[in-house]
Amino acid sequence: MTIQFNDETFRDDYSFHNSERAIKRFPFPFHEDSYMYSVNMEQHQGGPADSIYEKRFDVDEHYVSEMRDRAMVLADDPLRCQSLPHMTLAGWDLLELIMVSKSEDYPDLFELHRDGDNWRWLNKPLGIDDSFVFLDETTLPYGPMEYITRQTQGDFCVLDQRDDNLWMDAGMITTQADWSLDFDLGMNFFEWHAPVPLAHEKGIFVRALKFLLNIQQGSPARRLNWTMTVNPLLDTSPENYHKWGIQKTTLTPENIGAKQHLRVELQTFFRLPRSNALVFPIRCYLCSFQDMMTMPKWGRRLHRVIRDLPEELATYKGFIDNRPMMLDYLSKFDDGQPTSPGIWPDFDTEPPLR
Amino acid sequence: MSTFKFPDSIRSRPVYGTLEPRAGSAHLLIADAHGAEAILELAKSDPSLMATAHIIYIPKGEDHEDALRALNPAQFYAGPSYAAAQQRIRKALEDAKMGLQVYLTGTEGLMGQAQNEAMQAGIPHTAIQTEHRGSVARRMQCVHCKGITEDVATDPFVCSHCGLNLFVRDHYSRRLAAYQGVCIDAEDPGNVPEPKELYT
Repeated sequence: MTIQFNDETFRDDYSFHNSERAIKRFPFPFHEDSYMYSVNMEQHQGGPADSIYEKRFDVDEHYVSEMRDRAMVLADDPLRCQSLPHMTLAGWDLLELIMVSKSEDYPDLFELHRDGDNWRWLNKPLGIDDSFVFLDETTLPYGPMEYITRQTQGDFCVLDQRDDNLWMDAGMITTQADWSLDFDLGMNFFEWHAPVPLAHEKGIFVRALKFLLNIQQGSPARRLNWTMTVNPLLDTSPENYHKWGIQKTTLTPENIGAKQHLRVELQTFFRLPRSNALVFPIRCYLCSFQDMMTMPKWGRRLHRVIRDLPEELATYKGFIDNRPMMLDYLSKFDDGQPTSPGIWPDFDTEPPLR
Repeated sequence: MSTFKFPDSIRSRPVYGTLEPRAGSAHLLIADAHGAEAILELAKSDPSLMATAHIIYIPKGEDHEDALRALNPAQFYAGPSYAAAQQRIRKALEDAKMGLQVYLTGTEGLMGQAQNEAMQAGIPHTAIQTEHRGSVARRMQCVHCKGITEDVATDPFVCSHCGLNLFVRDHYSRRLAAYQGVCIDAEDPGNVPEPKELYT
């Protein structure tokens, strides 16, 4: 289907909005009425038609505006995109993966023409038509990773694999859930996850790392993760926390439905062919509470999950102070009826709110 | 006593050991303040090490320089600050041959910065010995302005560059040789707890 790209902002006046279609395909992250960390990995080989799982790199109505926001973040702080010297080849791998995937999955939006190493890339939504020589950095306006991730929604961690570990040696990080690439650059898998509570003790990271080290070319994997964000702010970085943190205190019972957003990350994992690096795209989807409540199943379930979440997790995810107000709001959408298993809204089969 | 047992912490926080003599073609020992005591103990357990040792020492007001000199290392340098010693440390690492052993001891800031230099010279961090001695103050990076504040002894503290009130995290970057400081009153400006000494 043809995508109508929104003209919207993720800062200042926050004109970001989700269409009915975007709400319907929002990746609600809870497959049951409670939540705890798990290694919830599955194969990333498509999914239901028009779902965010269908394509390798989902392009949606926010694409053009998200790329504009990324350019603004990078102009303010170029350290959001860094690549250690040994990661350039992985950057080319990533450029190839994205160009090939997008031109195959969205032929009306993207075209890739290859004649040996002479490539021509057309990105119609962003008005780009560039010819360059593959593996020759001097023929692109940016390094390969930066070039292609300025044109692709989601953050990108490019992980080197050595010593039975993964190393955060390159990335494009402008829509992050409060972590700093500049600080974490060069860390291994356990180190950059060090601040996460509870999961180390549960052995989550040991198992997740084992899984990730074994991801093969052509067999990408995926999982969902989530947090909460007040206002549809993409750049919830620690760098700017002293500016955006205060927004958490602007919630009122009257505006919470519109202002409070569930922030969901679609995390995918692809092995890269030449470098043997792993690319870990982290795609951020935002949905306001009031839009989510249009799906009765999600209303019931979100209330139960937030109500029963361990305090450490609500603190780590940064909404412990606002949880009582959230629950006041969400409880109106929970009539106690059972919910169907799985993340999909099941709008046609789930009972309306009583 | 110049030793301190750090409480268990998160996985990115460095863990220090006790310096032990290792077989090597040469020995580069970098220390500040009370780190001198660890070098003296190392030399005691293997006096032969000193014939091929290069000691770089930043006294930071401590009175150990003469005792270190008396060990008769092959090379000795005492400098007024880490910054003053940095070029000499770089040169020593650039000139290093296979078989060099690196020993770092003293404050976390000294060990972190010297480890960083050694890593940039191609020595894996796991091959470098470290022993903490003396002050438990930390080298902090403000995540907001990126400024480094040396020898932070309290939590919270005021960023010496941008003036924000920062809390002291245990999250540590070897690449920056610093812990992370994050604004403590972003969600409630002005509500800053009384600074407490670290580990109290």
